[in-house]
Amino acid sequence: MMNLHAVRAIFRFEMARTWRTLMQSVISPVISTSLYFIVFGAAIGARIPEVEGVSYGAFIVPGLIMLSLLTQSISNASFGIYFPKFSGTIYELLSAPVSTPEIVLSYVGAAATKSIMLGLIILVTSGLFVPLRVAHPLWMLLFLVLTSVTFSLVGFIIGIWADGFEKLQVVPLLIITPLTFLGGSFYSIAMLPPFWQQVALFNPVVYLISGFRWSFYDIADVSLGVSLGMTLVFLAVALVIVAWIFRTGYRLKA
Amino acid sequence: MQDVISISNLSKTYASGFSALKNVDLTIHRGEIFALLGPNGAGKTTLISIVCGIVNPSSGSVTVDGHDIQRDYRASRSLIGLVPQELSTDAFESVWNTVTFSRGLFGKAANPAHIEKMLRALSLWDKKDNRIITLSGGMKRRLMIAKALSHEPQILFLDEPTAGVDVELRRDMWQLVRDLRDSGVTIILTTHYIEEAEEMADRIGVITHGELILVEEKCELMRKLGKKQLTLLLQQPLSHVPTELVSRGLTLSGDGSELIYTYDTQDADAGVAELLKELAAAGIHYKDLRTEQSSLEDIFVSLVSGRSKKS
Ligand SMILES: Nc1ncnc2c1ncn2[C@@H]1O[C@H](COP(=O)(O)OP(=O)(O)OP(=O)(O)O)[C@@H](O)[C@H]1O
Ligand SMILES: [Mg+2]
Repeated sequence: MMNLHAVRAIFRFEMARTWRTLMQSVISPVISTSLYFIVFGAAIGARIPEVEGVSYGAFIVPGLIMLSLLTQSISNASFGIYFPKFSGTIYELLSAPVSTPEIVLSYVGAAATKSIMLGLIILVTSGLFVPLRVAHPLWMLLFLVLTSVTFSLVGFIIGIWADGFEKLQVVPLLIITPLTFLGGSFYSIAMLPPFWQQVALFNPVVYLISGFRWSFYDIADVSLGVSLGMTLVFLAVALVIVAWIFRTGYRLKA
Repeated sequence: MQDVISISNLSKTYASGFSALKNVDLTIHRGEIFALLGPNGAGKTTLISIVCGIVNPSSGSVTVDGHDIQRDYRASRSLIGLVPQELSTDAFESVWNTVTFSRGLFGKAANPAHIEKMLRALSLWDKKDNRIITLSGGMKRRLMIAKALSHEPQILFLDEPTAGVDVELRRDMWQLVRDLRDSGVTIILTTHYIEEAEEMADRIGVITHGELILVEEKCELMRKLGKKQLTLLLQQPLSHVPTELVSRGLTLSGDGSELIYTYDTQDADAGVAELLKELAAAGIHYKDLRTEQSSLEDIFVSLVSGRSKKS
Protein backbone atom coordinates (compact mmCIF):
# COMPACT_ATOMS: atom_id res chain seq x y z
CA MET A 1 0.00 0.00 0.00
CA MET A 2 1.37 3.36 -0.96
CA ASN A 3 1.31 6.57 1.03
CA LEU A 4 -0.26 8.54 -1.81
CA HIS A 5 -1.08 11.48 0.42
CA ALA A 6 2.62 11.90 1.08
CA VAL A 7 3.60 11.62 -2.57
CA ARG A 8 1.02 14.24 -3.45
CA ALA A 9 2.10 16.51 -0.60
CA ILE A 10 5.77 16.44 -1.60
CA PHE A 11 5.00 16.81 -5.29
CA ARG A 12 2.81 19.84 -4.64
CA PHE A 13 5.34 21.35 -2.32
CA GLU A 14 8.08 21.01 -4.93
CA MET A 15 5.90 22.40 -7.69
CA ALA A 16 4.93 25.32 -5.48
CA ARG A 17 8.62 26.06 -5.16
CA THR A 18 8.79 26.35 -8.94
CA TRP A 19 6.04 28.92 -9.06
CA ARG A 20 7.64 30.84 -6.21
CA THR A 21 10.91 30.90 -8.08
CA LEU A 22 9.39 31.26 -11.51
CA MET A 23 12.11 33.61 -12.65
CA GLN A 24 14.88 31.15 -11.87
CA SER A 25 13.06 27.96 -12.82
CA VAL A 26 11.43 28.84 -16.11
CA ILE A 27 12.23 32.27 -17.39
CA SER A 28 16.01 32.22 -17.14
CA PRO A 29 16.45 29.01 -19.20
CA VAL A 30 14.13 30.47 -21.82
CA ILE A 31 16.20 33.63 -21.99
CA SER A 32 19.49 31.76 -22.21
CA THR A 33 18.12 29.52 -24.97
CA SER A 34 17.02 32.57 -26.91
CA LEU A 35 20.53 33.97 -26.54
CA TYR A 36 22.00 30.76 -27.94
CA PHE A 37 19.75 31.16 -30.94
CA ILE A 38 20.74 34.73 -31.49
CA VAL A 39 24.45 33.95 -31.17
CA PHE A 40 24.78 30.48 -32.68
CA GLY A 41 21.70 30.33 -34.82
CA ALA A 42 21.55 33.77 -36.37
CA ALA A 43 24.99 35.36 -36.03
CA ILE A 44 27.29 32.37 -36.53
CA GLY A 45 24.81 29.93 -38.00
CA ALA A 46 24.22 32.15 -41.01
CA ARG A 47 27.81 31.39 -42.05
CA ILE A 48 27.50 27.67 -41.40
CA PRO A 49 26.09 25.54 -44.20
CA GLU A 50 23.28 23.06 -43.66
CA VAL A 51 24.08 19.99 -41.59
CA GLU A 52 22.82 16.84 -43.30
CA GLY A 53 20.08 18.77 -45.02
CA VAL A 54 18.95 20.75 -41.97
CA SER A 55 19.65 24.45 -41.49
CA TYR A 56 22.15 25.03 -38.69
CA GLY A 57 19.64 26.99 -36.60
CA ALA A 58 17.15 24.13 -36.70
CA PHE A 59 19.91 21.54 -36.27
CA ILE A 60 20.88 22.83 -32.83
CA VAL A 61 17.33 22.90 -31.43
CA PRO A 62 17.34 19.31 -30.07
CA GLY A 63 20.80 19.82 -28.60
CA LEU A 64 19.75 23.06 -26.95
CA ILE A 65 16.70 21.45 -25.43
CA MET A 66 18.88 18.59 -24.15
CA LEU A 67 21.34 21.08 -22.70
CA SER A 68 18.57 22.77 -20.71
CA LEU A 69 16.94 19.49 -19.81
CA LEU A 70 20.14 18.09 -18.37
CA THR A 71 21.21 21.14 -16.44
CA GLN A 72 17.74 21.99 -15.18
CA SER A 73 16.84 18.42 -14.19
CA ILE A 74 20.01 18.20 -12.21
CA SER A 75 19.78 21.58 -10.57
CA ASN A 76 16.09 21.24 -9.72
CA ALA A 77 16.32 17.77 -8.27
CA SER A 78 19.60 18.35 -6.45
CA PHE A 79 18.35 21.55 -4.88
CA GLY A 80 14.99 19.97 -4.00
CA ILE A 81 16.60 17.35 -1.76
CA TYR A 82 19.71 19.27 -0.74
CA PHE A 83 17.84 22.22 0.67
CA PRO A 84 15.91 20.27 3.32
CA LYS A 85 19.20 18.72 4.39
CA PHE A 86 20.75 22.14 4.61
CA SER A 87 17.84 23.81 6.45
CA GLY A 88 17.20 20.81 8.69
CA THR A 89 13.62 20.26 7.55
CA ILE A 90 14.65 16.82 6.29
CA TYR A 91 13.88 15.53 9.80
CA GLU A 92 10.24 15.52 8.85
CA LEU A 93 10.75 13.47 5.73
CA LEU A 94 12.90 10.95 7.58
CA SER A 95 10.41 10.60 10.42
CA ALA A 96 7.41 10.24 8.11
CA PRO A 97 5.84 6.93 7.11
CA VAL A 98 7.11 7.16 3.54
CA SER A 99 9.12 4.58 1.64
CA THR A 100 12.15 5.09 -0.58
CA PRO A 101 10.23 4.66 -3.82
CA GLU A 102 7.69 7.20 -2.61
CA ILE A 103 10.34 9.79 -1.77
CA VAL A 104 12.09 9.26 -5.08
CA LEU A 105 8.83 9.26 -7.01
CA SER A 106 7.72 12.55 -5.54
CA TYR A 107 11.00 14.49 -5.63
CA VAL A 108 12.23 13.13 -8.92
CA GLY A 109 8.72 13.21 -10.36
CA ALA A 110 8.39 16.91 -9.55
CA ALA A 111 11.84 17.75 -10.92
CA ALA A 112 11.21 15.75 -14.09
CA THR A 113 7.79 17.36 -14.56
CA LYS A 114 9.42 20.77 -14.42
CA SER A 115 12.07 19.72 -16.92
CA ILE A 116 9.52 18.33 -19.34
CA MET A 117 7.50 21.53 -19.12
CA LEU A 118 10.67 23.49 -19.64
CA GLY A 119 11.70 21.38 -22.64
CA LEU A 120 8.34 22.02 -24.26
CA ILE A 121 8.56 25.74 -23.53
CA ILE A 122 11.99 25.89 -25.16
CA LEU A 123 10.68 23.91 -28.11
CA VAL A 124 7.93 26.46 -28.60
CA THR A 125 10.39 29.34 -28.12
CA SER A 126 12.66 27.84 -30.77
CA GLY A 127 9.73 27.76 -33.16
CA LEU A 128 9.81 31.55 -33.02
CA PHE A 129 13.38 31.62 -34.37
CA VAL A 130 13.67 28.74 -36.79
CA PRO A 131 11.31 26.60 -38.87
CA LEU A 132 10.76 23.44 -36.80
CA ARG A 133 9.72 19.99 -37.78
CA VAL A 134 9.29 16.99 -35.51
CA ALA A 135 9.35 13.79 -37.56
CA HIS A 136 8.53 11.41 -34.70
CA PRO A 137 6.61 13.29 -31.96
CA LEU A 138 6.06 10.24 -29.77
CA TRP A 139 9.72 9.28 -29.85
CA MET A 140 10.54 12.90 -29.15
CA LEU A 141 8.33 12.82 -26.06
CA LEU A 142 9.76 9.47 -24.98
CA PHE A 143 13.33 10.81 -25.10
CA LEU A 144 12.21 13.99 -23.38
CA VAL A 145 10.63 12.05 -20.53
CA LEU A 146 13.39 9.45 -20.17
CA THR A 147 16.10 12.08 -20.16
CA SER A 148 14.26 14.28 -17.66
CA VAL A 149 13.66 11.37 -15.32
CA THR A 150 17.20 10.02 -15.61
CA PHE A 151 18.88 13.33 -14.97
CA SER A 152 16.48 14.27 -12.22
CA LEU A 153 17.61 11.03 -10.57
CA VAL A 154 21.22 12.06 -11.12
CA GLY A 155 20.40 15.44 -9.57
CA PHE A 156 18.74 13.72 -6.63
CA ILE A 157 21.88 11.67 -6.07
CA ILE A 158 24.05 14.78 -6.26
CA GLY A 159 21.76 16.58 -3.81
CA ILE A 160 22.15 13.75 -1.33
CA TRP A 161 25.89 13.49 -1.84
CA ALA A 162 26.53 17.22 -1.58
CA ASP A 163 27.37 18.59 1.85
CA GLY A 164 27.83 22.16 0.71
CA PHE A 165 26.58 24.49 -1.97
CA GLU A 166 29.89 24.22 -3.90
CA LYS A 167 29.46 20.49 -4.36
CA LEU A 168 25.98 21.16 -5.67
CA GLN A 169 27.52 23.28 -8.41
CA VAL A 170 30.62 21.29 -9.13
CA VAL A 171 29.16 18.26 -10.89
CA PRO A 172 26.94 20.20 -13.29
CA LEU A 173 29.74 22.67 -13.95
CA LEU A 174 32.68 20.30 -14.32
CA ILE A 175 31.00 17.22 -15.73
CA ILE A 176 27.55 17.75 -17.17
CA THR A 177 28.05 21.03 -19.03
CA PRO A 178 31.29 19.92 -20.74
CA LEU A 179 29.78 16.57 -21.66
CA THR A 180 26.77 18.31 -23.16
CA PHE A 181 28.81 20.79 -25.14
CA LEU A 182 31.09 18.02 -26.36
CA GLY A 183 28.17 15.67 -26.87
CA GLY A 184 27.04 17.17 -30.13
CA SER A 185 24.64 19.88 -29.00
CA PHE A 186 26.07 22.23 -31.59
CA TYR A 187 27.55 19.85 -34.15
CA SER A 188 27.23 16.40 -35.59
CA ILE A 189 29.74 13.86 -34.30
CA ALA A 190 30.41 13.08 -37.95
CA MET A 191 32.06 16.51 -38.28
CA LEU A 192 34.83 15.45 -35.87
CA PRO A 193 38.14 13.86 -36.91
CA PRO A 194 37.92 10.04 -36.72
CA PHE A 195 39.90 9.79 -33.48
CA TRP A 196 37.63 12.23 -31.66
CA GLN A 197 34.58 10.46 -33.05
CA GLN A 198 35.74 7.35 -31.16
CA VAL A 199 36.36 9.36 -27.99
CA ALA A 200 32.93 10.96 -28.28
CA LEU A 201 31.30 7.54 -28.07
CA PHE A 202 32.41 7.40 -24.42
CA ASN A 203 30.31 10.48 -23.77
CA PRO A 204 26.87 9.34 -22.60
CA VAL A 205 25.27 12.59 -23.69
CA VAL A 206 26.05 11.77 -27.34
CA TYR A 207 23.48 8.97 -27.22
CA LEU A 208 20.80 11.16 -25.68
CA ILE A 209 21.27 13.96 -28.18
CA SER A 210 21.54 11.63 -31.12
CA GLY A 211 18.28 9.86 -30.35
CA PHE A 212 16.53 13.12 -29.60
CA ARG A 213 17.75 14.73 -32.80
CA TRP A 214 16.67 11.69 -34.78
CA SER A 215 13.11 12.17 -33.47
CA PHE A 216 13.20 15.63 -35.05
CA TYR A 217 15.05 15.24 -38.33
CA ASP A 218 15.66 11.53 -38.93
CA ILE A 219 19.40 12.14 -38.67
CA ALA A 220 21.50 10.44 -36.01
CA ASP A 221 25.11 9.91 -34.97
CA VAL A 222 24.37 6.45 -33.59
CA SER A 223 21.45 4.15 -34.33
CA LEU A 224 18.12 4.68 -32.63
CA GLY A 225 18.31 1.31 -30.85
CA VAL A 226 21.69 2.16 -29.35
CA SER A 227 20.46 5.60 -28.24
CA LEU A 228 17.41 4.18 -26.56
CA GLY A 229 19.37 1.30 -25.05
CA MET A 230 21.99 3.60 -23.57
CA THR A 231 19.35 5.99 -22.22
CA LEU A 232 17.70 3.07 -20.43
CA VAL A 233 21.05 1.91 -19.09
CA PHE A 234 21.68 5.37 -17.57
CA LEU A 235 18.23 5.29 -16.03
CA ALA A 236 18.87 1.85 -14.54
CA VAL A 237 22.26 2.88 -13.14
CA ALA A 238 20.74 5.96 -11.51
CA LEU A 239 17.94 3.85 -10.00
CA VAL A 240 20.39 1.34 -8.57
CA ILE A 241 22.44 4.10 -6.93
CA VAL A 242 19.31 5.69 -5.44
CA ALA A 243 18.16 2.32 -4.08
CA TRP A 244 21.57 1.81 -2.49
CA ILE A 245 21.50 5.28 -0.92
CA PHE A 246 18.24 4.61 0.82
CA ARG A 247 19.12 1.12 1.90
CA THR A 248 22.23 2.34 3.64
CA GLY A 249 20.92 5.74 4.69
CA TYR A 250 24.00 7.19 2.99
CA ARG A 251 24.38 10.86 3.95
CA LEU A 252 20.76 11.03 5.01
CA LYS A 253 20.83 9.32 8.37
CA ALA A 254 23.60 9.35 10.92
CA MET B 1 -0.19 -0.06 32.74
CA GLN B 2 0.19 -0.74 29.04
CA ASP B 3 3.50 -0.07 27.35
CA VAL B 4 3.37 1.94 24.17
CA ILE B 5 7.09 2.15 23.42
CA SER B 6 9.63 -0.42 24.38
CA ILE B 7 13.30 0.10 23.84
CA SER B 8 15.65 -2.73 24.53
CA ASN B 9 19.39 -2.85 24.59
CA LEU B 10 19.63 0.13 22.29
CA SER B 11 23.10 1.41 21.40
CA LYS B 12 24.31 4.02 18.99
CA THR B 13 27.84 4.58 17.81
CA TYR B 14 28.15 7.46 15.37
CA ALA B 15 30.37 7.18 12.30
CA SER B 16 32.94 9.25 14.19
CA GLY B 17 33.26 6.33 16.58
CA PHE B 18 31.54 8.24 19.34
CA SER B 19 29.29 6.08 21.45
CA ALA B 20 26.21 8.22 22.14
CA LEU B 21 23.93 5.54 23.62
CA LYS B 22 24.95 2.50 25.60
CA ASN B 23 22.54 -0.41 26.02
CA VAL B 24 19.50 1.65 26.83
CA ASP B 25 16.40 -0.17 28.07
CA LEU B 26 13.24 1.84 28.55
CA THR B 27 9.51 1.40 28.34
CA ILE B 28 7.04 4.23 28.00
CA HIS B 29 3.55 3.72 29.34
CA ARG B 30 0.52 4.66 27.33
CA GLY B 31 -0.89 8.03 28.28
CA GLU B 32 1.95 9.20 30.49
CA ILE B 33 4.18 12.24 30.37
CA PHE B 34 7.75 11.03 30.47
CA ALA B 35 10.55 13.50 31.00
CA LEU B 36 14.06 12.70 29.87
CA LEU B 37 16.60 14.70 31.80
CA GLY B 38 20.28 14.96 31.15
CA PRO B 39 23.10 17.41 30.59
CA ASN B 40 24.18 18.62 27.12
CA GLY B 41 25.41 15.80 24.97
CA ALA B 42 23.89 13.09 27.17
CA GLY B 43 22.17 11.39 24.24
CA LYS B 44 18.58 12.62 24.60
CA THR B 45 18.18 13.78 21.02
CA THR B 46 19.95 10.67 19.75
CA LEU B 47 17.48 8.46 21.60
CA ILE B 48 14.48 10.35 20.26
CA SER B 49 15.89 10.44 16.75
CA ILE B 50 16.27 6.68 16.68
CA VAL B 51 12.70 6.07 17.80
CA CYS B 52 11.45 8.52 15.16
CA GLY B 53 13.53 7.03 12.35
CA ILE B 54 15.95 9.90 11.82
CA VAL B 55 19.04 8.10 13.08
CA ASN B 56 19.85 4.44 12.51
CA PRO B 57 20.41 2.40 15.67
CA SER B 58 23.70 0.49 15.89
CA SER B 59 22.11 -2.35 17.83
CA GLY B 60 19.09 -3.14 19.92
CA SER B 61 15.43 -2.87 19.11
CA VAL B 62 12.54 -0.47 19.49
CA THR B 63 8.84 -1.17 19.11
CA VAL B 64 6.10 1.41 19.01
CA ASP B 65 2.69 0.04 19.90
CA GLY B 66 4.04 -3.38 18.99
CA HIS B 67 5.46 -2.31 15.63
CA ASP B 68 9.18 -2.65 15.08
CA ILE B 69 10.54 0.76 14.05
CA GLN B 70 12.58 -0.70 11.21
CA ARG B 71 10.58 -3.63 9.85
CA ASP B 72 7.24 -1.97 10.35
CA TYR B 73 8.24 1.68 10.06
CA ARG B 74 5.04 2.81 8.37
CA ALA B 75 2.87 1.71 11.23
CA SER B 76 5.22 2.95 13.94
CA ARG B 77 5.95 6.33 12.39
CA SER B 78 2.33 7.18 11.68
CA LEU B 79 1.69 7.00 15.43
CA ILE B 80 4.40 9.52 16.26
CA GLY B 81 4.61 13.29 16.11
CA LEU B 82 7.99 14.94 16.63
CA VAL B 83 8.91 18.46 17.63
CA PRO B 84 12.67 18.56 17.14
CA GLN B 85 15.08 20.60 19.19
CA GLU B 86 16.16 22.79 16.28
CA LEU B 87 13.72 25.25 14.75
CA SER B 88 13.94 24.14 11.15
CA THR B 89 11.19 25.33 8.87
CA ASP B 90 10.61 26.17 5.25
CA ALA B 91 11.06 29.90 5.54
CA PHE B 92 9.09 30.84 2.45
CA GLU B 93 6.07 28.63 2.97
CA SER B 94 2.92 29.89 4.62
CA VAL B 95 1.88 28.60 8.03
CA TRP B 96 -1.24 26.97 6.63
CA ASN B 97 0.59 25.22 3.78
CA THR B 98 3.35 23.83 5.91
CA VAL B 99 0.93 22.30 8.42
CA THR B 100 -1.20 20.88 5.60
CA PHE B 101 1.97 19.46 4.05
CA SER B 102 2.90 17.69 7.30
CA ARG B 103 -0.48 16.05 7.53
CA GLY B 104 -0.22 14.76 3.97
CA LEU B 105 3.32 13.54 4.55
CA PHE B 106 2.08 11.36 7.39
CA GLY B 107 -0.49 9.79 5.12
CA LYS B 108 -3.65 11.48 6.32
CA ALA B 109 -6.34 12.86 4.04
CA ALA B 110 -6.69 16.62 4.15
CA ASN B 111 -8.75 17.89 7.07
CA PRO B 112 -8.90 21.69 7.17
CA ALA B 113 -11.12 21.62 10.26
CA HIS B 114 -8.50 19.78 12.28
CA ILE B 115 -5.74 22.09 11.14
CA GLU B 116 -7.83 25.12 12.00
CA LYS B 117 -8.44 23.70 15.48
CA MET B 118 -4.71 23.08 15.92
CA LEU B 119 -3.73 26.57 14.79
CA ARG B 120 -6.33 28.16 17.01
CA ALA B 121 -5.23 26.12 20.02
CA LEU B 122 -1.68 27.32 19.43
CA SER B 123 -2.71 30.96 18.86
CA LEU B 124 -1.46 30.86 15.29
CA TRP B 125 -4.77 31.24 13.53
CA ASP B 126 -4.31 34.89 12.67
CA LYS B 127 -0.90 34.01 11.21
CA LYS B 128 -2.13 31.25 8.97
CA ASP B 129 -1.39 33.07 5.73
CA ASN B 130 1.92 34.53 6.87
CA ARG B 131 5.17 33.23 5.55
CA ILE B 132 7.13 31.39 8.23
CA ILE B 133 10.07 33.74 7.91
CA THR B 134 7.89 36.50 9.36
CA LEU B 135 7.15 34.61 12.60
CA SER B 136 8.91 35.15 15.90
CA GLY B 137 10.92 32.37 17.52
CA GLY B 138 8.14 31.49 19.94
CA MET B 139 5.61 31.38 17.12
CA LYS B 140 7.89 29.11 15.11
CA ARG B 141 8.18 26.81 18.09
CA ARG B 142 4.37 26.63 18.25
CA LEU B 143 4.24 26.06 14.53
CA MET B 144 6.53 23.07 14.92
CA ILE B 145 4.08 21.72 17.48
CA ALA B 146 1.19 22.29 15.08
CA LYS B 147 3.06 20.39 12.38
CA ALA B 148 3.78 17.53 14.76
CA LEU B 149 0.13 17.34 15.79
CA SER B 150 -1.25 17.77 12.28
CA HIS B 151 -1.71 14.04 11.75
CA GLU B 152 -3.28 13.39 15.14
CA PRO B 153 -0.45 11.25 16.54
CA GLN B 154 -0.88 9.05 19.60
CA ILE B 155 2.64 9.72 20.76
CA LEU B 156 4.30 13.12 20.85
CA PHE B 157 8.02 13.72 21.24
CA LEU B 158 9.01 17.18 22.40
CA ASP B 159 12.75 17.75 22.28
CA GLU B 160 13.29 20.74 24.56
CA PRO B 161 9.96 22.33 23.76
CA THR B 162 10.47 25.35 25.96
CA ALA B 163 14.03 26.31 25.09
CA GLY B 164 14.01 30.03 24.37
CA VAL B 165 10.35 30.45 25.23
CA ASP B 166 9.15 33.15 27.60
CA VAL B 167 7.55 32.38 30.95
CA GLU B 168 3.99 32.99 29.87
CA LEU B 169 4.28 30.90 26.73
CA ARG B 170 5.98 28.18 28.73
CA ARG B 171 2.95 28.02 31.04
CA ASP B 172 0.69 27.84 27.97
CA MET B 173 2.73 25.02 26.55
CA TRP B 174 2.61 23.07 29.79
CA GLN B 175 -1.15 23.46 29.73
CA LEU B 176 -1.26 22.29 26.14
CA VAL B 177 0.82 19.24 26.99
CA ARG B 178 -1.47 18.40 29.89
CA ASP B 179 -4.52 18.79 27.67
CA LEU B 180 -2.96 16.48 25.13
CA ARG B 181 -2.20 13.92 27.80
CA ASP B 182 -5.78 14.16 29.02
CA SER B 183 -6.94 13.44 25.49
CA GLY B 184 -4.90 10.23 25.55
CA VAL B 185 -1.66 11.27 23.88
CA THR B 186 1.55 9.84 25.32
CA ILE B 187 4.21 12.51 25.70
CA ILE B 188 7.95 12.16 25.90
CA LEU B 189 9.82 15.37 26.49
CA THR B 190 13.40 16.31 27.09
CA THR B 191 14.33 19.34 29.04
CA HIS B 192 17.10 21.11 30.84
CA TYR B 193 14.61 22.84 33.09
CA ILE B 194 14.18 20.56 36.06
CA GLU B 195 11.28 22.74 37.09
CA GLU B 196 9.56 21.62 33.94
CA ALA B 197 9.98 17.92 34.66
CA GLU B 198 8.94 18.48 38.25
CA GLU B 199 5.85 20.34 37.15
CA MET B 200 4.71 18.05 34.39
CA ALA B 201 6.16 14.59 34.33
CA ASP B 202 4.59 11.41 35.62
CA ARG B 203 7.88 9.61 35.30
CA ILE B 204 11.42 10.77 34.89
CA GLY B 205 14.45 9.23 33.24
CA VAL B 206 17.93 10.55 33.78
CA ILE B 207 20.48 10.01 31.07
CA THR B 208 24.13 10.94 31.12
CA HIS B 209 27.03 9.89 28.89
CA GLY B 210 24.65 7.74 26.86
CA GLU B 211 23.52 5.68 29.82
CA LEU B 212 20.08 5.73 31.29
CA ILE B 213 21.01 5.80 34.94
CA LEU B 214 17.59 6.06 36.46
CA VAL B 215 13.92 5.74 35.60
CA GLU B 216 11.40 6.43 38.31
CA GLU B 217 7.96 7.75 39.09
CA LYS B 218 8.45 11.41 39.83
CA CYS B 219 6.85 11.30 43.27
CA GLU B 220 8.77 8.18 44.16
CA LEU B 221 11.98 9.80 43.01
CA MET B 222 11.38 12.88 45.08
CA ARG B 223 10.50 10.77 48.07
CA LYS B 224 13.40 8.38 47.74
CA LEU B 225 16.15 10.77 47.02
CA GLY B 226 14.71 13.85 48.57
CA LYS B 227 16.66 15.26 51.46
CA LYS B 228 15.13 17.45 54.09
CA GLN B 229 16.98 20.08 55.97
CA LEU B 230 16.01 21.56 59.29
CA THR B 231 17.62 24.89 60.07
CA LEU B 232 17.49 26.35 63.55
CA LEU B 233 18.19 30.04 64.08
CA LEU B 234 19.95 30.15 67.42
CA GLN B 235 19.46 32.76 70.07
CA GLN B 236 23.17 32.68 70.84
CA PRO B 237 25.76 31.76 68.22
CA LEU B 238 27.78 28.64 68.96
CA SER B 239 31.47 28.17 68.29
CA HIS B 240 31.15 24.41 67.79
CA VAL B 241 28.54 21.67 67.76
CA PRO B 242 28.06 20.47 71.39
CA THR B 243 29.80 17.15 71.92
CA GLU B 244 26.66 15.29 73.03
CA LEU B 245 25.07 16.16 69.64
CA VAL B 246 28.00 15.42 67.33
CA SER B 247 26.71 11.90 66.59
CA ARG B 248 23.59 13.48 65.09
CA GLY B 249 25.59 14.87 62.20
CA LEU B 250 24.67 18.47 62.81
CA THR B 251 26.54 21.27 61.13
CA LEU B 252 26.95 24.91 62.03
CA SER B 253 26.64 27.79 59.61
CA GLY B 254 29.75 29.90 59.08
CA ASP B 255 28.99 32.49 61.74
CA GLY B 256 27.63 29.91 64.18
CA SER B 257 24.16 31.44 64.25
CA GLU B 258 22.43 28.52 62.50
CA LEU B 259 22.39 24.86 63.33
CA ILE B 260 21.61 22.63 60.34
CA TYR B 261 20.25 19.12 60.46
CA THR B 262 20.01 17.12 57.23
CA TYR B 263 17.99 13.90 57.03
CA ASP B 264 16.33 11.61 54.53
CA THR B 265 12.59 12.03 54.16
CA GLN B 266 12.49 8.27 53.77
CA ASP B 267 14.04 7.71 57.14
CA ALA B 268 11.22 6.67 59.44
CA ASP B 269 12.99 7.61 62.65
CA ALA B 270 14.66 10.79 61.55
CA GLY B 271 13.90 11.84 65.11
CA VAL B 272 13.31 15.52 64.72
CA ALA B 273 11.32 15.57 67.94
CA GLU B 274 14.13 13.74 69.75
CA LEU B 275 16.65 16.19 68.46
CA LEU B 276 14.68 19.16 69.65
CA LYS B 277 14.41 17.63 73.12
CA GLU B 278 18.14 16.94 73.22
CA LEU B 279 18.83 20.52 72.19
CA ALA B 280 16.68 21.82 75.01
CA ALA B 281 18.49 19.50 77.42
CA ALA B 282 21.82 20.84 76.19
CA GLY B 283 20.56 24.34 76.89
CA ILE B 284 20.55 25.44 73.27
CA HIS B 285 17.68 27.78 72.48
CA TYR B 286 16.47 28.85 69.04
CA LYS B 287 14.33 31.77 68.01
CA ASP B 288 13.05 30.28 64.75
CA LEU B 289 13.29 27.23 62.54
CA ARG B 290 12.64 26.33 58.92
CA THR B 291 12.69 23.17 56.84
CA GLU B 292 13.58 22.76 53.18
CA GLN B 293 13.06 19.81 50.91
CA SER B 294 15.50 19.26 48.10
CA SER B 295 14.11 19.85 44.65
CA LEU B 296 14.43 17.63 41.66
CA GLU B 297 17.21 19.90 40.56
CA ASP B 298 19.31 19.07 43.59
CA ILE B 299 18.59 15.38 43.09
CA PHE B 300 19.57 15.65 39.48
CA VAL B 301 22.77 17.52 40.11
CA SER B 302 23.83 15.08 42.80
CA LEU B 303 23.04 12.11 40.56
CA VAL B 304 24.87 13.39 37.53
CA SER B 305 27.88 14.73 39.39
CA GLY B 306 28.13 11.55 41.46
CA ARG B 307 28.14 9.69 38.19
CA SER B 308 30.87 11.67 36.51
CA LYS B 309 33.06 11.44 39.60
CA LYS B 310 32.79 7.68 39.45
CA SER B 311 33.66 7.37 35.77
N1 LIG C 1 25.74 13.03 13.77
C1 LIG C 1 26.58 12.89 14.78
N2 LIG C 1 27.83 12.45 14.60
C2 LIG C 1 28.67 12.30 15.62
N3 LIG C 1 28.37 12.55 16.91
C3 LIG C 1 27.13 13.01 17.16
C4 LIG C 1 26.17 13.19 16.12
N4 LIG C 1 25.03 13.64 16.69
C5 LIG C 1 25.27 13.73 18.00
N5 LIG C 1 26.53 13.34 18.30
C6 LIG C 1 27.15 13.28 19.62
O1 LIG C 1 26.38 12.42 20.43
C7 LIG C 1 26.28 12.92 21.75
C8 LIG C 1 24.82 13.01 22.16
O2 LIG C 1 24.21 14.03 21.40
P1 LIG C 1 22.68 14.38 21.60
O3 LIG C 1 22.33 15.39 20.59
O4 LIG C 1 21.90 13.11 21.60
O5 LIG C 1 22.71 15.02 23.06
P2 LIG C 1 21.53 15.70 23.87
O6 LIG C 1 21.37 14.94 25.12
O7 LIG C 1 20.33 15.87 23.03
O8 LIG C 1 22.18 17.10 24.18
P3 LIG C 1 21.51 18.57 24.29
O9 LIG C 1 20.93 18.66 25.64
O10 LIG C 1 22.67 19.48 24.13
O11 LIG C 1 20.51 18.68 23.19
C9 LIG C 1 27.00 14.26 21.76
O12 LIG C 1 28.28 14.07 22.31
C10 LIG C 1 27.11 14.63 20.31
O13 LIG C 1 28.29 15.34 20.07
MG1 LIG D 1 19.33 17.42 22.26
